[in-house]
Amino acid sequence: MTMLPPPTSKKLGLVIDLDICVGCHACAVACKEWNDGGQFGPLPDANPYGAEPLGVWFNRVHTYEIEPKEKGAPAMTVHFPRSCLHCETPDCVTVCPTGASYKRAEDGIVLVDEDKCIGCKLCSWACPYGAREYSEQRGTMQKCTLCVDRIYNESFEEIDRQPACVMACPTRARHFGDLGDADSAVSKLVAERGGYDLMPEMGYKPVNKYLPPRPRRDGCAAEPTPAQEEKVDFSTSPLLRWIDKVLSR
Amino acid sequence: MRPAFSVIFFTVMSGCGYGLLFLFGLALAFNPAVSGRIEGLVQLGVGAIFVVAGLLASTLHLGQPQRAWRAFSQWRSSWLSREGVASVASFMPMVLIAGCLWRGADATTLRALGALLAAFAAITVICTAGIYTSLKAIPAWHNRFVLPGYLLMALLGGAAWSWLIGEWTGGARAQPALIVALAIASCVLKHFYWRHIDAATPASTIETATGLGRFGRVRSVEAPHTEENYLTHEMGFQLARKHGKRLRNIALLLLGPCTIVLALLAITFQAPLHWPAACCAFAAAILVTAGLFVERWLFFAQAKHVVMLYYGGARMHDA
Repeated sequence: MTMLPPPTSKKLGLVIDLDICVGCHACAVACKEWNDGGQFGPLPDANPYGAEPLGVWFNRVHTYEIEPKEKGAPAMTVHFPRSCLHCETPDCVTVCPTGASYKRAEDGIVLVDEDKCIGCKLCSWACPYGAREYSEQRGTMQKCTLCVDRIYNESFEEIDRQPACVMACPTRARHFGDLGDADSAVSKLVAERGGYDLMPEMGYKPVNKYLPPRPRRDGCAAEPTPAQEEKVDFSTSPLLRWIDKVLSR
Repeated sequence: MRPAFSVIFFTVMSGCGYGLLFLFGLALAFNPAVSGRIEGLVQLGVGAIFVVAGLLASTLHLGQPQRAWRAFSQWRSSWLSREGVASVASFMPMVLIAGCLWRGADATTLRALGALLAAFAAITVICTAGIYTSLKAIPAWHNRFVLPGYLLMALLGGAAWSWLIGEWTGGARAQPALIVALAIASCVLKHFYWRHIDAATPASTIETATGLGRFGRVRSVEAPHTEENYLTHEMGFQLARKHGKRLRNIALLLLGPCTIVLALLAITFQAPLHWPAACCAFAAAILVTAGLFVERWLFFAQAKHVVMLYYGGARMHDA
């Protein structure tokens, strides 16, 4: 059914901290690895070990450089993971002619039922975020599942019931939770850090939020100050005084 | 957007087919005696062949064509689904009219069925346009010029074929004067459409796409992958940008001046000889169809998808 469900109270999604993402692509690799073997896999590649491999990834990490508005301010480099934002009112769901593309009423996750997908690619045309990639090998559309086969998986320890990308991030730049609950850790993080939507002008109301890089510390742009001679008080220890004397020769 | 031949063939041929069927249905609604048995059946048959060829071609675009029947289910939200339902529904009046023409029927029935056929043909082309106009992520399609464009191009293509069939069978046909009017209207509309997509200020930029515009001007320094992926392959099609201007002129030349000159020649040399008009009609049908293919190729190839903003500093305007 590709009609959107009534607005869901539970909105599972990700919060991505652009301040601390180091662009290591671990999230993207972990995603590919989990989903290749998970319930929505495989994610086959054409020519995987050849010159031009081509295959579906649910998560892609871009790197941008920002030329600041103020003259002389340092340029910023921002690593930017991009995946499905599990929008509240996405067109990728409503354009689907078969009912394969759907948004879950219980938690808002947007999924593709690969047994119904005819591979018309229209949903990927409708998504401005590039969240959907078509698999030439499978003849169907594939996308981020928010690791729906992990987060409810009772054979896992509670702590492991998180998306693979969140588990893999070495800098804890990715957070998973219910963005429909104002008291959840992720909602508080968004409120505190001014988390924002990508392309709000499209009107799809993404659930996933991005946390902006923090302002650079003062002095970053200033001329480096000449190194000052350290003044150390060695008067208390004769041994240190002797070492200082020897090394200072 | 990558111009997939299957989709171009589908939209052009089913457009011509429905244009033809619309004109034939309308003619029947106004004058049930407009067409003899064989002449009418040929009009219907050619229209149906174009439509079926288009629909079959569209299934070549699918990854799982054996499941195509599922596409009739989501007409409440999806223009693609509506298009499928409307196109199949349009076969009902087609079959009934064929039966009536074959066996003979009263004028009121033919009038009603003709009107129904015209309505279904129009609705189907509106749904085809809806597939494209509903995509906000592709500003070149999500604008007010696209629906009238699809309708006019379908009418022009249908009229050209109707004229040819009429010349050939001696039955009802679109008059060359109508073709001149449609050709002029099509060229004017395409001119304004191209001017619009070239000049429109895009709502989305790499700054809104990343949300980083508050810090300054954003530029991609490293893509997520070294080789192509589905997105860059499907939505980052570049070729048309190079020859765009020339191809636009070719489309305009074929749909406009060439067609108009042929129609005027036919009007001038109508009597007493038959063959000059028939030759003109034949050339016009071929040239209009060729023009529609170029126009449709450009419609895809020159449409830029917002997602490509993530892949570069390229603004929607940059070549």
